[in-house]
Parts: sequence; structure tokens; C-alpha cells
Amino acid sequence: MSIIDWFAKKEKNISSAERLNIPGDVWVKCTSCSEILFQKDLDSHCKVCSKCGFHFRISPAERIRYIFDHESFVEYDSNVGPVDFLGFFDTESYSDRIRKAQQKFDRNDAIVSGVGSIGSVPVNASIMDFFYMGGSMGSVVGEKITRTIERSIDDLKPVVVFTSSGGARMQEGIMSLMQMAKTSAALERLAEKRVPYISVLCDPTTGGTSASFAILGDVNIAEPGALISFAGPRVIEQTIRQKLPKGFQRAEFLLKHGMVDMVVDRRQLRETLQTLLQALNPHGVLAK
Amino acid sequence: MKLLPFEKPLAELYDKIEQLRKLSEEGNIDLSGEILKIEQRAEKLRLEIYKNLNPSQIVQIARHPNRPDSGSLIRLIFDTFIELHGDRLFADDPAIVGGVGTLGAARVVIVGHQKGHDTKENIFRNFGMPNPDGYRKALRLMQMAERFRMPIITFIDTPGAYPGLEAEERGQAEAIARNLREMAGFSVPIISFVIGEGGSGGALGIGVANKLYMLENAVYSVISPEGCASILFRDAKKADVAANAMKITAPEIVKLGVADGIIPEPLGGGHHDWKAVAFEIERAITSDLDIFKSKAESEIKQQRYDKFRKMGVFVS
Repeated sequence: MSIIDWFAKKEKNISSAERLNIPGDVWVKCTSCSEILFQKDLDSHCKVCSKCGFHFRISPAERIRYIFDHESFVEYDSNVGPVDFLGFFDTESYSDRIRKAQQKFDRNDAIVSGVGSIGSVPVNASIMDFFYMGGSMGSVVGEKITRTIERSIDDLKPVVVFTSSGGARMQEGIMSLMQMAKTSAALERLAEKRVPYISVLCDPTTGGTSASFAILGDVNIAEPGALISFAGPRVIEQTIRQKLPKGFQRAEFLLKHGMVDMVVDRRQLRETLQTLLQALNPHGVLAK
Repeated sequence: MKLLPFEKPLAELYDKIEQLRKLSEEGNIDLSGEILKIEQRAEKLRLEIYKNLNPSQIVQIARHPNRPDSGSLIRLIFDTFIELHGDRLFADDPAIVGGVGTLGAARVVIVGHQKGHDTKENIFRNFGMPNPDGYRKALRLMQMAERFRMPIITFIDTPGAYPGLEAEERGQAEAIARNLREMAGFSVPIISFVIGEGGSGGALGIGVANKLYMLENAVYSVISPEGCASILFRDAKKADVAANAMKITAPEIVKLGVADGIIPEPLGGGHHDWKAVAFEIERAITSDLDIFKSKAESEIKQQRYDKFRKMGVFVS
């Protein structure tokens, strides 16, 4: 370690939030660069660190606020809720997990669907929530994604899905696997109707979610730094018994390997979506 | 043949019978009474063990090294078969076999995961864990089936898609997802059989079928029992509990409406008699192809869509 590194390290330590002992709801420490950020500033930057560009994971409510036209979003299918049909019990019962999550988030499951507009372009949209049981896909997530797609098959509005999910929900066993086929089949029908589908892959999008609707966009957009993978890095390291290269399975890695079309900063996402949607949609009308 | 742990008591009895036989021959003593008694006991135990298998024992049978594999079953079932290779993009993946075949008057395309029976074969076949190239080969063959109006038969037998570095680079997720979407759009019938392990997305990647059958001792699950145990139970040794909790056996998968029927196996598992297994599968294929023959293309596609559209349990 050189003396410069030593100073750099020391400086980092001093700016840590623990030492400053600041109230959590006013100030936030950046997960990536440890910069102390003013909560209100962070919110006006779509929860992107103004110093290092780190994209915080966000809730569906925040995403709606950052991406959709003001008060344009109307939720549907909020009544669709999960059932512990296998009577699944690991360290606690699935019923208990559902009940706790529903209380905490005041929502049925890990997804919000609705109709709204992005830069005046109307779309049907689903937004996943990683905070709710890891954004895992069970029957409800699969059903709501499918219904969103089916609405677009009927009304020909483009579909935009924001993914953030660890994969299939194990507590629903084989039924959660089947959601991959159900959603992908609906997308096949959507393509037949020539309705565009844009998938926005957010951190993280892995497992069954990545291997179904998330990667099947006519255009795939990834948020910077998002982990996007089929198998998780830990599983791969155990399988091949070697350390993975830096940046492996991150958004930029997927761009390099041709799996996503673009990596877009959340602060420019709304504009990018608007332009793309207008250009792609054969059923829409171009604004002058 | 490899003995499974729960078969040990039975094997001990068979050993004893063998020993007594030798003793009676060498010493010229009549032990037939004793032998008969033990044989009766063994038969009783055999029925007791195999008629009451628990999910984790069924997993062991599904993974038995001598379990009939796709390639062997294909050759036993079909009148002709020509294997075709390669995805035309990058490689030929030995973990998936496929080709064209005939069964009576029917022309079909066949695709299946391919495991090996010993270490050498398994290394070559990557233990039946496909890379993206395997799924893309499968898709290429299935698209050819659609073009030439050939029903598609698939055999599912994989621990899962390969979790490797290159697999991720070449788009494992994309390869599987694309298969799900494309299979949903075919207007030729697809009949799938889970012949051993149906491991997660890697299984489903060739399993979006009009009709899905489970072999009696096959399993189908969203994640391996070991994987589920280490994530949810935080203890990989609780795989047997996880196997039980996830409902992965043939009767359970049928009950959930994911599989349409069960193909019977010889007592103790398909590895005791490959031909018997092949015969039962052939019967199912023949009878289904007969039914699909009279169906319109749009009807076949619609039936598959409706089957998957219904899947899911929720309140609303």
C-alpha cells in the first residue's frame, strides 16, 4: 500500500455515515462510493448517486414517479394475490411470509401493473419489486405479467416491463416454473399482433425471470450495473471452481455480449423509452 | 448395478440367499426350506420398499446411473432415427441429442437431454446440462419440424441448464426464453416425457408441450432439492425435506395439472428394464399422435396456449 492509498483510505473512513451519526431519512450513504447524499437530491436524481452514478434499487412507486407522466398511471389487477397451495414450510411457512410481506408493503405481491403514459405514449406496464420476497416470480407475478401482455393484445398499446427479481418463487414449486412458459407464450401472441414490447432489466434480474419475459423484449434495456444472469455468480463459481472476472454478468457485460440493446442511465430512461416507443409502435401516432 | 442406499436391506437378503445356495451346493446339504423362507421375506420387503418410496428415494431412482437415457430410448422406440448435429451458430452440444425419425406412418422430430452412464460418458455429455448451443440446436430442429409438418417428441432428463461462464456469455437465459416463446407458437403437436430429472428452466426449455408425461419415477422441479435446501433451509443436507416440500414426484405434478399422465415403470425403477419403459412410451406416443392427426393446426396451437395459460394458483 502506498502512502497515497493510505490517505485515500483514511479519507473514506472519515466520511462514513456511522461516524457522522446522521438521521437516515434525511441523508443516505451511497452503497457504492459511500458518498453522503441528501435524500431529496437523490430523489430528484431518480435515486442515482450524483457522484458515482450508482443506481439504487427502487420501489415500483418510485419507478412510476420517475418514468411515467405525472399522475398518468392507473393500477390494475391489484386484487390478484398469492396462495400457499403447497402448504410450504421452510424456516417459516409460506403463508406467514406472504402475510408479513403484505403487511409491510401494503400490496398483494412483488409486482404492480397498470396503464399509463411515458412522454404521452400510452403503454401497459408491469413493474417488479425486488424488496418484496426478492421479487420472486410465483403464480401472481406470472399471471399479472400475462394479463398486462393480454391487455396489449387487445388494445394494441406497447408493453413495458421493469424487471427486478431473483427468479422463480420456490415456495410455489413447479407452478412458479410454469409462469416462465405462460408469460413467454403470451409474448409470442403479442408479437403476432405486431405490438412492441420493451423490457427494462433492473438490478437484479436472474434465474427464471431472466430466462423468460425479461430477455424477450423487442428492445432490451438494462440499467447501469444491474446484475443480469441465468445462474447466480456464486453457483457458477462453485461449478467451475474459479473466480469470476470483474463486471461479469453486469449490464455492461451483457451489452458487450449482445444480450441487451443498450445500457441507459435511469435519469435518461424516460426520454429513451418515449423515443423508442414512438419509433416502434405501428399502432401509434407520431407526435409532431 | 449400483445399489441405492435404501435398497441395502434388500441386497443383504439376496446376499444371504446366495451364500446359503453356495453352502448347500458345496456341503451337499438341503437348505431349500431356509432359502425359500428368506426369498419370501425378500419379496415382501421388495414390495414394501418400492411401493412406499418417498420423494428423496424417487430422486435417487431418477438419477440412477443405469436409468434409460434419451438416446437409448429413441433407438428402442422409433423404427428409424437419424441424429442431426449443431446449432449452426457456434457448436454442437452433446448434452442435447436430436434428429428425425419415423414411428409407423408418422414422421417426427425428436429432441432430448442426454446423460451418460459412466464418468467418461458423463463428462462428454456434461452430465446432461446443456449450454445455450444445445437449446439453439433443439430450436433449429423444432423449427424444421414446424416447416415440414412433423410432430415433435421431446425427452427431458437434466439436472438443469449448465451454470458456466461461457454459457452465460452466450446467453443461457436468452436461449431458454426464446425456446419457450417459439414452442408456444408451433402448430405441430409437441409431446414431452420427463424420463428422469426435470431440472428447472433447463428442462422447460424443451418442454412447452401439448402433452406432458412423467415417468413413474421421474421428478420435475423448479430447483434441485439440494439447491432449494441450501437457499431456503440454509442447509444443503436438508435436500430430502426440500424434495418433500416442493412436490416434485409424478403423481404430485399430475395433481397440480402440470403433467397429463404417468408412464408406468418396472418395479424398482426403469433401470431394471429399458425395453419395458420404451414400450410404454411408444404406446403413449402412438395413441396421442392418432388423436392429434384429426386436429387442425390452429386447434393444436390453441390447446397448448390454453394449457399453460391456466397454470397458476392465486386469489382475485
